[in-house]
Amino acid sequence: MTDLAPEQGTEAARRRPRRWHIFVFLAPAVVVYTAVMILPLFETLRQSFFNTVEGEKVFVGFANFATLFGDPRWAADFWNALRNNFIFFLIHMAVQNPIGVALAALLSLPGLKFGAFYRTAFFLPTLLSFVIVGFIWKLILSPIWGVAPWLMDLVGLKSAFGPWLGKPGSALIAVSLVSVWQFIGIPMMLIYAALLNIPEEVIEAAEIDGIVGWGQFFKIKLPLVLPAIGIISILTFVGNFNAFDLVYTMQGALAGPDKATDILGTFLYRTFFGFQLQLGDPSMGATIATMMFLIILTGVCIYLFGIQRRIRRYQF
Amino acid sequence: MSKARQSTLRTSLVHVALIAYTLVALFPVFLTIINSFKSKQAIFGQPLRLPGPSTFSLIGYETVLKQGDFITYFQNSTIVTVVSIFLVLLLGAMAAFALSEYRFRGNTLMGLYLAIGIMIPIRLGTVALLQGMVATGLVNTLTALVLVYTAQGLPLAIFILSEFMRTVSDDLKNAGRIDGLSEYAIFFRLVLPLVRPSMATVAVFTMIPIWNDLWFPLILAPSESTKTVTLGAQLFIGQFVTNWNAVLAALSLAIFPVLILYVIFSRQLIRGITSGAVK
Repeated sequence: MTDLAPEQGTEAARRRPRRWHIFVFLAPAVVVYTAVMILPLFETLRQSFFNTVEGEKVFVGFANFATLFGDPRWAADFWNALRNNFIFFLIHMAVQNPIGVALAALLSLPGLKFGAFYRTAFFLPTLLSFVIVGFIWKLILSPIWGVAPWLMDLVGLKSAFGPWLGKPGSALIAVSLVSVWQFIGIPMMLIYAALLNIPEEVIEAAEIDGIVGWGQFFKIKLPLVLPAIGIISILTFVGNFNAFDLVYTMQGALAGPDKATDILGTFLYRTFFGFQLQLGDPSMGATIATMMFLIILTGVCIYLFGIQRRIRRYQF
Repeated sequence: MSKARQSTLRTSLVHVALIAYTLVALFPVFLTIINSFKSKQAIFGQPLRLPGPSTFSLIGYETVLKQGDFITYFQNSTIVTVVSIFLVLLLGAMAAFALSEYRFRGNTLMGLYLAIGIMIPIRLGTVALLQGMVATGLVNTLTALVLVYTAQGLPLAIFILSEFMRTVSDDLKNAGRIDGLSEYAIFFRLVLPLVRPSMATVAVFTMIPIWNDLWFPLILAPSESTKTVTLGAQLFIGQFVTNWNAVLAALSLAIFPVLILYVIFSRQLIRGITSGAVK
């Protein structure tokens, strides 16, 4: 940001002591961004320290947080949502990234035909809305329709089929895998781009040294695309800890069965807006939003200061 | 000989793997669309067959068009998406130009401030955002959605566009200055046309999350006249959950615009991602 031609800047400064155009260029974006994004964010954080007592907003310090962690019902819901959210994230990391890397590696093979077609096909689910994705998979996995059992029968696994979305033990895994299906296009594309950026000479040098095939992939290419994998991981983390739509579409606001698919996003929604008999509670909503903010902030900081700095970047 | 055969074998294995995943990616969409054109009996009887003369039926689409106001929803989504993208591109490009072109006090700090929004999701401010929209009377208006999506799209747009604006040659801009062009003319007439390809990339990135969002329409604009397609489809399907014809037709109607846009823009989008627009 500071590597601009200095002489030009100072010259402009001398000519026009007040450079109003900078203000005009910046102001609209800064105003909208500050008013609609930053201020509401901080106001939400601030409200987590307030609560309504007899119709008036009063400062209550950390009382909301004490309720969230101290009251057995609140605490049970919060830890349940947090644990589910971590499982949701871990399934993404364990399934989405390896498949994404594998698909990108296949797509980047030299001389591959129909590459553009495959890329277009793999990326399509990413563009569909959560509503479409959620309902399509709900229908496919539904025992009423029978498409999933029929498909399982093709590979001889019919007996393994079950109403996965309805069972507490498998619902979260099923929803996570649907989410992986939807978002696999993003890691695939970013890693594909990183693989294409590896210079020809590096690969040639490896071949001269007799490193080919699998060895070449694991010893040469994979280390070179590690920064891309780091970016994907943090994008996945932020996306997962702020996810809501897919669970809401597939399992409803109650994130059933028995809150087995409840993640922080759906917990926040239920708390803030209320559902069925429970009334909406903006103060506790703000408290949960604050916890989500802290979790995401921690993740981003670990990435920026812990991981990104340690990953060796190669400049070609 | 054997080496050539081995490499043919390898190539075919690669294609088998890629085709297998293509089926995984496309099959659910394909299944939904073919079944939306079938009678209820055929949906359950032969879910995997293409609609034939005896099973073809448009009953689902008739229900959807009669019951849901999808034309209004579609208009709402289009207005919100187009206006938000326009604002993100215009305001984003202006701010990106200011950050990349001029040296002024606080430049780096301003860049960092605007970059917070790339990582911290705007959803976390929902509690106060809703209160603010209620206080200003913007609840249940498309303006509320446009404002939120503009704020949401700006950080990444500014980040990507300022990277591209740094590559515009200084000589060109200085030549413009010598010819007496104002800074505004330099931006609008010299720089903007040069960064148009990257603007297209930003437009596609901005568009997808806006069109597909469920959270803000559900919270800020759930009234009948301001529903977007995503929210409309969600509520419609929730109501008609046992009418499979209607559900499949509603899903297909929601897929078609995305499919058409994707066919038009897929090159731009994929080139945008692979050229390293997001780093």
